[in-house]
Parts: sequence; C-alpha cells; structure tokens
Amino acid sequence: MRGLRQTHVSFLSGVLFALGLGIAGMTRPAKVLAFLDITGDWDPSLALVMVGAIAVYGVAFRQITSRLQRPLLLPRFELPTRTDIDARLVVGSILFGVGWGLLGLCPGPALTAAVTGDAGLLIFVAGMLAGMIGFNLALEALQERRRAP
Amino acid sequence: MHLSDLALVLPLASARAPATLLAGATAPDLAAALFGGALIGLASMLLLLFSGRVAGISGVVGGLLPPRLGDLDWRVGFVAGLLVGGLALRLALPSTLDLSTLPDSTPLLLLGGALVGVGTRMGNGCTSGHGVCGVGRMSRRSVVATVTFMAFAAGTVFLSRHVIGG
Repeated sequence: MRGLRQTHVSFLSGVLFALGLGIAGMTRPAKVLAFLDITGDWDPSLALVMVGAIAVYGVAFRQITSRLQRPLLLPRFELPTRTDIDARLVVGSILFGVGWGLLGLCPGPALTAAVTGDAGLLIFVAGMLAGMIGFNLALEALQERRRAP
Repeated sequence: MHLSDLALVLPLASARAPATLLAGATAPDLAAALFGGALIGLASMLLLLFSGRVAGISGVVGGLLPPRLGDLDWRVGFVAGLLVGGLALRLALPSTLDLSTLPDSTPLLLLGGALVGVGTRMGNGCTSGHGVCGVGRMSRRSVVATVTFMAFAAGTVFLSRHVIGG
C-alpha cells in the first residue's frame, strides 16, 4: 500500500515536472540554445526557470526538513550527504555540459518530448540511455574488480 | 498562472536578475519561464515531502538501468508521469514541444545523447538534481556541478555558433 502511494506521488510529481518543463520553454531546444548563447542573440528568459524552481524548492526544503523527522510515506529522507568535490563530479559535469550545449537537450526535456515520436529526439534519447547504462555497468565492473583480491 | 506564485517568486527574481539583463526576452516568455520553474519546484517538493527523495531526472532514470527490485515502483511512476505530462503538452500546448531545429545528423544526435547520459551518471546529476534540488538546498557539490555544466554548455554553444559554425 505504501509502495503504491509512493508510486502515485512519483507519478504526479513526474506529470507536474513535465508540464513545468514544457510551459517554461525547456522542451524547445532552439530556445535552450538561445539561452546558452550569451555572446549572441541572448534569450535570458530560461534563467527564470531556475529562479522559480529554486525559490519554491529552496523554501520548501528548509520548511520540510526542519519540521519533519521523516517524509510522509517513508522512514527517512534519502538525501545526498557528500560535500567533497572530486574529479568524477567535475569531469561528469563537463561532459554533460558539452552534450547539453551541442543539442540543447537535457534528460528531463528529452524524456518529456519522447511522446512526439520525433526521430531525431528518439536517437538522442537512445544515445542518452545507452550512455547511462554503459556508465553504470562500467562502474559496477570496476568496483567489482577493486573488491576482488 | 496563479498570482500567489508570482508574489512568492518575483521579489527573488528581480533581486537575482536585474531588469536590464532580461531585456532580451518578452514579458510572456519571462512569466512562462518563472511559472514553469515554479511548477518544477513544486513537483520536486512533492517527491521530497512524501518520499524524501531528490527529483533528479538522470538519477531517477539512471537507477532503472539496469532495474533493481525494491527500488523500482517510484522510479517507474515518475518516468510514466513525465511521459503522460509530455502527452498532455502535446495535446494542449503542442507548440511547447518544438523539435524542428534538431539536426539531422544521427552521429551528432547519438554523441550528444551519450555525452548527456555518461556525464550525468558520472557527475551524479543534471539540471534537475544538481541545478534545482541541489542548489535549492545549497549543496556545495551541486553548486560546483551546476556552474561547471552551465559554463561548458555555454562554451560549447559559443564554439559551435561563433567559432566553428555560424
């Protein structure tokens, strides 16, 4: 029952997330590239997506984590606790940034737009999912090898 | 658009982005971006409030590849929600899904996708997990990641539009 309710909340969160991305303009790669093109004909509007999202989430995060011992459906919050800056974080962010800048698509908008069936977009999504699974499997293999004597 | 959303967000927006900086965009675009952003914040808040989790798309999807029992339902639910949300956009606001400018080159599309896929798994997050949730809770790692991917995305656009292409 708890698992089912969790799935419902996730589903609703996903729907709202997709609507937010679409309304904000994040599912139009041309607009995203115009936002990233700061030395060209810059379209600054997408900066407000982050402002709006961070304003709502930042306030909500402080209120929720200071008032509640645990989330409503689970025994504890599952939040990242690391604070160290390592090469993996920086190199990964560089690769992601280059990919985002090449086509103007990041993971959320790419999945949201998948329902269009646009061939180019689906090729991008296939590359993205292959990259994710490839990295996950390579990391597992590496950790496995490190564990072995 | 709810006025209450604007009332909450506008003072912050004006503080962080002076009006002159925003002159390159139209008012409806700015309002839509702010409202869409607030919806994204709300969606992320729901996941935190009920499940205590970070709404990071690459993390949610990456955890499904390969899928693991016991950690499956909420991830599948979220991705299904994204797709249904996409369908709703397609039916109600089709102009929001404008992919006509994507290049035809299959190698370029695959390369971009692979960079995004590998990069977000390696860096433990993307625009949502680091950019919204991480920066929203002022995580040091997320601020570094966000500044890094924004800078390299802008740099890539600069190179491809003004140095190589154009």
